[in-house]
Amino acid sequence: MNTPQPLALINARLVDPESGYDGPGGVIVSEGVISDVAKGREFGKLSKNVRVVDCGGAMLAPGLIDLRVKTGEPGAETKETLASAAKAAAAGGVTSFVVQPDTDPAVDDPSVVDFILRRSRDIDAARILCAGAATKGLRGEQMAEIGLMREAGCVYVTDADRPIVDSKVMQRILTYARGFDTLLAHRPMDPWLAKGGAATGGEFAGRMGLPSISPMAERIMLERDIALLEATGGRLLVDQITSAGALETLARAKSKGLRIHASVSINHLSFNELDIGDYRTFAKVTPPLRGEDDRQALIEALADGLIDIVVSAHAPAPAEDKRLPYDEAAPGAVGLETLLPALLSLYHDERVPLIDLIRAVTLAPAALIGLRSGRIAPGAPADLVLCDLDAPVIINADKLLSKSKNSPFDGRRLQGHVLMTIVDGRVVHRAEG
Amino acid sequence: MTAKAPPAHHDPAEAIDPILKRMFSFPRRHFLSAADLNAPQATDLLDLADAFVAFNRQTSKSLDILKGRTLMNLFFENSTRTQSSFEIAGKRLGADVVNMSPRTSSITKGETLIDTAVTLNAMRPDLLVVRHASSGAASLLSQKVSGSVINAGDGQHEHPTQAVLDALSIRRAFGRVSGLTVAICGDVLHSRVARSNVSLLHTLGASVRLVGPPTLMPAQAERWGVTVHHDMKAGIAGADVVMMLRLQLERMQGAFVPSTREYFRFYGLDREKLAKAAPKAKVMHPGPMNRGVEIDSDVADDPEISLIQDQVEMGVAARMAVLASLAHRLEEHGQ
Repeated sequence: MNTPQPLALINARLVDPESGYDGPGGVIVSEGVISDVAKGREFGKLSKNVRVVDCGGAMLAPGLIDLRVKTGEPGAETKETLASAAKAAAAGGVTSFVVQPDTDPAVDDPSVVDFILRRSRDIDAARILCAGAATKGLRGEQMAEIGLMREAGCVYVTDADRPIVDSKVMQRILTYARGFDTLLAHRPMDPWLAKGGAATGGEFAGRMGLPSISPMAERIMLERDIALLEATGGRLLVDQITSAGALETLARAKSKGLRIHASVSINHLSFNELDIGDYRTFAKVTPPLRGEDDRQALIEALADGLIDIVVSAHAPAPAEDKRLPYDEAAPGAVGLETLLPALLSLYHDERVPLIDLIRAVTLAPAALIGLRSGRIAPGAPADLVLCDLDAPVIINADKLLSKSKNSPFDGRRLQGHVLMTIVDGRVVHRAEG
Repeated sequence: MTAKAPPAHHDPAEAIDPILKRMFSFPRRHFLSAADLNAPQATDLLDLADAFVAFNRQTSKSLDILKGRTLMNLFFENSTRTQSSFEIAGKRLGADVVNMSPRTSSITKGETLIDTAVTLNAMRPDLLVVRHASSGAASLLSQKVSGSVINAGDGQHEHPTQAVLDALSIRRAFGRVSGLTVAICGDVLHSRVARSNVSLLHTLGASVRLVGPPTLMPAQAERWGVTVHHDMKAGIAGADVVMMLRLQLERMQGAFVPSTREYFRFYGLDREKLAKAAPKAKVMHPGPMNRGVEIDSDVADDPEISLIQDQVEMGVAARMAVLASLAHRLEEHGQ
């Protein structure tokens, strides 16, 4: 492959969470890495072969790193392939993402990790990383080959949407994974309380006659996970925390100094249960959307750093899986392309400072899985996003690049337009016009 | 109470007149929720239904209001009672009635609800009566068809024609609905009948109480504008109407309540509990009844206090009113 021409991105609003810098500046990119960074100054004379891009004051930040993405590859390629997800990612300013292991076959074996990573090598639009299953077949019974999958290149282990119900199994995985310093992402949800539910228990679900889940299901299992974590050591990522009750539990665990982190999905930051309205299945996600009090608590927890990272929870589902009665419809929403503008709402609404929002989708996830990206510093990988923070956009689901168009943001008016995405020093997306 | 039938030689034309006089256009294309009606509209609908009650008591019970119209009964869940009620209502109005039971026919093999709707829509039914086990199914279907959809029960959400027939039964028994106290008792959590009734009874000015064990009460039901009671005697004290709900058998075996006999002891309606209600209180049940579980036969079969048989009769009249007014609206819109 030809080495791309060196790029000088000048006249930008540079946002770098590592140094805490948010101000005027520019970046020079060559041979796939950031070679020079100017903060509050201009570059000297640039050599002739450097292509200069005037950013016109738009935000230049590290490319987004999304730790929770589903595609349909292998097994359900009509929903989404690795390649189509990568295109969607590039359009959304996401330069790295981690695919979940709940495919068919499941990523519970080093050969499947290898398959995903080989397929990804041919895809330039984004860096695709892979999470391995924590248990064989994601059945929550027998431990998967965590060590071999790590060696093959998986970045963390998880059973994706399925909670590990058996406490003994959970205890062993936390203990064993410690030996490989491997992060376990776990979605806390008590299966007995959650059984058959499609919406959050409360006034809304009651009126709509929807089978419901108490948000307590999350807190109860999180309490268990924390007790096990305390006993075993290990590193735990609470996958998609959603409720105020569970946040209190998380805060207690963090104050004890446990190695525990938490993610929140952009859906739970952006919507509440009322967005289900007249049984809009595109707003059906798992865990289900919560009440407004919970949403506000999540935003506060993100602002004060209790929640570490934000994920898109990208989960493509074709129309035939969505256009069904609410309780039968598949849960999940695509999110790679809408993650950044939706997140920026919290900046425009003055709820969370810009640099903290950017940290939660760049440096913080990079730190969790040991990536060198997520920052703007000489020597760091040249994965960058250029975004016009103020440009108004109306999300049109039909125009999304994902193969599936199940976006709850359809028709939403947001602010923030991705102008350019750079991966490994190459421009992989450029806005039209 | 149906014993005093009118003379058989009654002139049908005289009975049709009040129907035509009270005919009105349903406020919406579909009837999905009891909340689709405001108070004057609900009153118009009950007035029209009243006219149909009188008509139905004649020997000659056929009209041509729906002549040329096709009524399709689409029941994804079995229900002999509601389905026959709609079928008779449609036939008496002169519609061509087709019954579909997708569970037993080949039409839904591997098909989604939307596919089924689109397929059936191509057969151009004017009125589509739908029952489905999922909340929101009727609403989903209504987005895909060109005729009118009548929700005959969607999951645990709504069953609006049941609320209309219940209101009609109450109004005929008391001469009014406004100002009455109605206690709805039993498995409120899973009941679409309860949700529709709370809505329509409120619209018509009644005050509503919900009575049942805490496990069968929806979360924050007190925010529906009702009072919630777990002690049945207190819950029905002074009530004008005691409306019992059916308890599904599969919900009794230890899941929501420990046993049938414990349920009957605390939430079954018998004379002793009923004595707490207002002196001339009436008892209702949407059927089919579990005798000895939620209601004692002694109470259910007493014509002095039970409106249960009237409810069945009113069901046909209420559905005729709904179908006729929906068709009237279709006509006004050139359909």
